[in-house]
Amino acid sequence: MSKGFPETRTDAAMSELVPEPRPKPAVPMKPVSINSNLLGYIGIDTIIEQMRKKTMKTGFDFNIMVVGQSGLGKSTLVNTLFKSQVSRKASSWNREEKIPKTVEIKAIGHVIEEGGVKMKLTVIDTPGFGDQINNENCWEPIEKYINEQYEKFLKEEVNIARKKRIPDTRVHCCLYFISPTGHSLRPLDLEFMKHLSKVVNIIPVIAKADTMTLEEKSEFKQRQESMPFAVVGSDKEYQVNGKRVLGRKTPWGIIEVENLNHCEFALLRDFVIRTHLQDLKEVTHNIHYETYRAKRLNDNGGLPPVSVDTEESHDSNP
Amino acid sequence: TASGAMDKEYVGFAALPNQLHRKSVKKGFDFTLMVAGESGLGKSTLINSLFLTNLYEDRQVPEASARLTQTLTIERRGVEIEEGGIKVKLTLVDTPGFGDSVDCSDCWLPVVRFIEEQFEQYLRDESGLNRKNIQDSRVHCCLYFISPFGRGLRPLDVAFLRAVHEKVNIVPVIGKADALMPKETQALKQKIRDQLKEEGINIYQFPECDSDEDEDFKRQDAEMKESIPFAVVGSCEVVRDGGTRPVRGRRYSWGTVEVENPHHCDFLNLRRMLVQTHLQDLKEVTHDVLYEGYRARCLQSLARPGARERASRSKLSRQSATEIPLPMLPLAETEKLIREKDEELRRMQEMLEKMQAQMQQSQAQGEQSDAL
Repeated sequence: MSKGFPETRTDAAMSELVPEPRPKPAVPMKPVSINSNLLGYIGIDTIIEQMRKKTMKTGFDFNIMVVGQSGLGKSTLVNTLFKSQVSRKASSWNREEKIPKTVEIKAIGHVIEEGGVKMKLTVIDTPGFGDQINNENCWEPIEKYINEQYEKFLKEEVNIARKKRIPDTRVHCCLYFISPTGHSLRPLDLEFMKHLSKVVNIIPVIAKADTMTLEEKSEFKQRQESMPFAVVGSDKEYQVNGKRVLGRKTPWGIIEVENLNHCEFALLRDFVIRTHLQDLKEVTHNIHYETYRAKRLNDNGGLPPVSVDTEESHDSNP
Repeated sequence: TASGAMDKEYVGFAALPNQLHRKSVKKGFDFTLMVAGESGLGKSTLINSLFLTNLYEDRQVPEASARLTQTLTIERRGVEIEEGGIKVKLTLVDTPGFGDSVDCSDCWLPVVRFIEEQFEQYLRDESGLNRKNIQDSRVHCCLYFISPFGRGLRPLDVAFLRAVHEKVNIVPVIGKADALMPKETQALKQKIRDQLKEEGINIYQFPECDSDEDEDFKRQDAEMKESIPFAVVGSCEVVRDGGTRPVRGRRYSWGTVEVENPHHCDFLNLRRMLVQTHLQDLKEVTHDVLYEGYRARCLQSLARPGARERASRSKLSRQSATEIPLPMLPLAETEKLIREKDEELRRMQEMLEKMQAQMQQSQAQGEQSDAL
């Protein structure tokens, strides 16, 4: 997990390292040491514990973006993922909000806590994407937003007087919602992924997958290279076999969100939150951000952009 | 006698409906149904379910990369269905490619043009010389599929419906309705109804039932009307869950949606209203209202000054026929028909002369015998 750090790694990124939580050893183990000069236990291995404690105190940032046509269940899914009302969503169906004429970017931040660990979660919604009659280039505002966050981070990095912990507003993960039409990806989906996979981690998700039978799901996936998660989201609970479960109740049965026989929500949740949260952040920093930074340095003739006081760096922004 | 008196008053035209019925059974029944909406909403499956056919068996759905450059096409498929001695020649009009592109601006224009071309053809046939075998290829009904995943009508839906609502009977349906829980279905239907009203879109109005129908029927009729747009699920697969009877449906891990279960979806309602009760009315409204409207608009535009001049100048080109749709046939064909009519008249005249000659002969013979 700790391989390949570039030299320019900042303090901030360092403090955000969260190694897998390990049970604290009851008694420090005597190390089987190659260096036989060590006569006693030093206690270096507690460094992991110290890092963990620090992280728990400072907490960490995670920014997740959702993209897809309106009505695909984006907000519900994010709320289900984080088990809180972290995404803007109308409580009732009769949503009076009109579909915006252009794509808007709306970011909402929440602090959620679990097991003493604080996470500052920001959900970035993109209403208006794919909803118009002419959706040509509707991904451009999204690409622009993502690059703006890289620019912000870059400016902080090259500052003379740097903050101890640079606020990280970069998009770590983009959930792209595919309509469950059962045929294949639509032209708009292809266009989006072609343009945006270069700048952000995209996780394709088949939303509202409760209309796809098992055969249809496997057929769809066979046609794609990547494996989209077929998910169902819900914030309502029902009683099933004596347990309260999150689900959707229909006249022909109850769809359980966290039942792997019903949909892949649990897989998505485990992937994004439980196993790959840190990976997503690292790839964002080590690959996508570095690509952006390299490009900016090249544009500037190999020199880092001047600090935020002057407007030069703004102009050279593509 | 009493029956004798009855016979005197009984004219017998009450048997006319039977005569018409026998005639139409002999003649057969034509119906053209258009299905429209973005791809993946279950249109083909629903048509196959409605008419118990496999019209779309050989269909190839193109990959997304192929669809990047696809334009909208109009496809026609015909099928003859026979049931209870009645033959129906059903023509299905498909609009593959609709709503697929990244830029769907004006993608409904080919559809509008297609509908108008059928009207134009009928107008020409109707005004022509040979009216014996007019083929009615006009679109009698358009089933428009709305996505269950949106929040009502999308901008593209509104644009399409506004472009065609005065030219074809629109029956809106919500496709793949098993995506929705009952409350969501109700809310979506209400939203769509509100939007249709707001945008001034006229959908096909199912006629009021007769006042002499019984209360049960009236209630059923009202219920059906309230469930518009119909939330439908289609399937051509029969699910056999051990123990229960086989049903047409879709099997999920959490249960099976039954297509013909009124608690699961409105498929039965749609079939009843569209096929079992209103097929004829849809044809009549198409002819009496929509076609007449088209015809009146055309002829009025002719009455405008300068229109006649343009018409005479560009008689033969099909292009002008679209702008000023006079039912102008090419000269050669007109002359041919005139010749045919002349032939007929000549034959009839010959027959008449023969008959006259015969009469004269028999008269003469009669005189002879009288004289004898």
